[in-house]
Amino acid sequence: MASPSRPSIVATGLRKSYGDKVVLDGIDLEIAEGTIFALLGPNGAGKTTTVQILSTLIDADGGDARIGGHDLTREPDAVRGLIGVTGQFSAVDNLLTGRENLSLMADLRHLDRATGRRRAVELLEQFDLTEAAGKPVSTYSGGMRRRLDLAMTLVGEPRVIFLDEPTTGLDPRSRRAMWQIIRDLVAGGVTILLTTQYLEEADQLADRVAFLDHGRLIAEGTPRELKRLIPGGHVVLQFADLAGLDSAVHTLGATARDDAALTLRFPSDGGVGSLRSLLDQLDRASIDVASLSVHTPDLDDVFLTLTGQPDNERAMAR
Amino acid sequence: MSTLTLAARDSSTMLRRNLLHMLRYPSMTLLLIGMPVILLLLFVYVFGGTLGAGLGPTGDRADYANYVTPGILLITVASGAQGTAISVAMDMTEGIIARFRTMAIFRPSVLTGHVLGSLLQTLLSLTVVTGVALLVGFRPTANPVEWLAAIGVLTMITFALTWLSVALGLVSESVETASNLPMPLVLLPFLGSGFVPTDSMPTAVRWFADYQPFTPVMETLRGLLLGTGIGANAILAVAWCAVITVLSFFWARALYNRNPAR
Repeated sequence: MASPSRPSIVATGLRKSYGDKVVLDGIDLEIAEGTIFALLGPNGAGKTTTVQILSTLIDADGGDARIGGHDLTREPDAVRGLIGVTGQFSAVDNLLTGRENLSLMADLRHLDRATGRRRAVELLEQFDLTEAAGKPVSTYSGGMRRRLDLAMTLVGEPRVIFLDEPTTGLDPRSRRAMWQIIRDLVAGGVTILLTTQYLEEADQLADRVAFLDHGRLIAEGTPRELKRLIPGGHVVLQFADLAGLDSAVHTLGATARDDAALTLRFPSDGGVGSLRSLLDQLDRASIDVASLSVHTPDLDDVFLTLTGQPDNERAMAR
Repeated sequence: MSTLTLAARDSSTMLRRNLLHMLRYPSMTLLLIGMPVILLLLFVYVFGGTLGAGLGPTGDRADYANYVTPGILLITVASGAQGTAISVAMDMTEGIIARFRTMAIFRPSVLTGHVLGSLLQTLLSLTVVTGVALLVGFRPTANPVEWLAAIGVLTMITFALTWLSVALGLVSESVETASNLPMPLVLLPFLGSGFVPTDSMPTAVRWFADYQPFTPVMETLRGLLLGTGIGANAILAVAWCAVITVLSFFWARALYNRNPAR
């Protein structure tokens, strides 16, 4: 793991709205060179918008950002020369073959013919696409397409790489292969901003992680620091009727209720002691629980903890 | 690298991409050639006898083949423009466009690639359509210089309409819209001197037909290929093409540069 050095990506107060909808509500980021930074959040949190702004695809409504020391709005082409982007929607040309896609990138990166051809051969080899190189991309599987997409990003040897949900929709094997590729890239000194919905992915790869929710960063730190915020899972309580659910909400002070399913989520480490005290509490209030299930921690729990309890949120944020 | 070298290099890269697309998807090119050829055959062999008689006391089918060919050539250009709008709109739905926008390349090269590719495609269609016209009785009297001038006029109008259709393809929200928006271009040769002389039309229609941009282009072509009078039509044709090209280029560039909607 690279030691923190000068920042490669710095953003302050990034804001973006589409009409009335605020997508980014003041984002501050500082990402050290040669590290992996994971932006974690549910769909609609603003992850893709952040990547789109930092990769010069769209303009921010407010705020500043510099990449490799170049200002995003004043020197967009200097920024574009440094970065590579692989989005969650594949950015490949479906009518061309894999090899043609790579040589298209080599030409647009203004590599000379020999260098371009050599890069294409290397990348096809590295990403296990040599066999399919002559076939049109429209015949590729999802995993192959994603690998080609990343290979195209790497043709110009970018110093900063944005990966927007690089493993969403991939099977477990392809996901692990992608993780290894990402680790190898960082070992070569590039800086990576990665967005993901998967806590495990951030845990496996990232030096630092930030949680994004409704356009705001609600927590940031190393995976170890953030894991201390995770309560260790939750239990789901189901009730026979709405009255039972109501009184349980009242008794426990919990808010994550689902009226249709008559269920209530409650943060818990799932241990015998905490379950017993939870059930005792319900028992004392004479509330009947129809069923109870214990769930291991996932990203939802972090959000439940960070966003469901405003006092905590204020303490953890920033 | 200077801006101009960068522009030329990236545009030729994008042109190569568009030519590969045409090779992989030849049905579009065939369709664009097929439509004007069918219209040509229809107008010469079905309507040609009657319409030819209307051209003058000695007019016949052979005269009409000569008269209608410049109109059909313009239909070919307009139908090519429709194809351009469709392929631009289709391209804009592809993720790779977002990638191009985040690369340090000559920004309009995506568009210039489309324009140059479509220009070559339409010039190919025009060659085929002219060949068929010669087979069905088109007898041009042009000398080599007049031929060159006619090719120049066709290139000019194709260039102008291609930029216009690139803008139409960009402004369209869907591929369906992109295929409908350039429709009026295909109709314009009919509402001009393309198929019958404008003096046979009622006053209001005639007024439109005389002043719309396709008429001077068709009259210039007719003059160059068949030796009829050109007059002010050549100047008018050049002016129309220049105006359409410049306005469409700036419109297309502005449309491409706006933030992609999501």
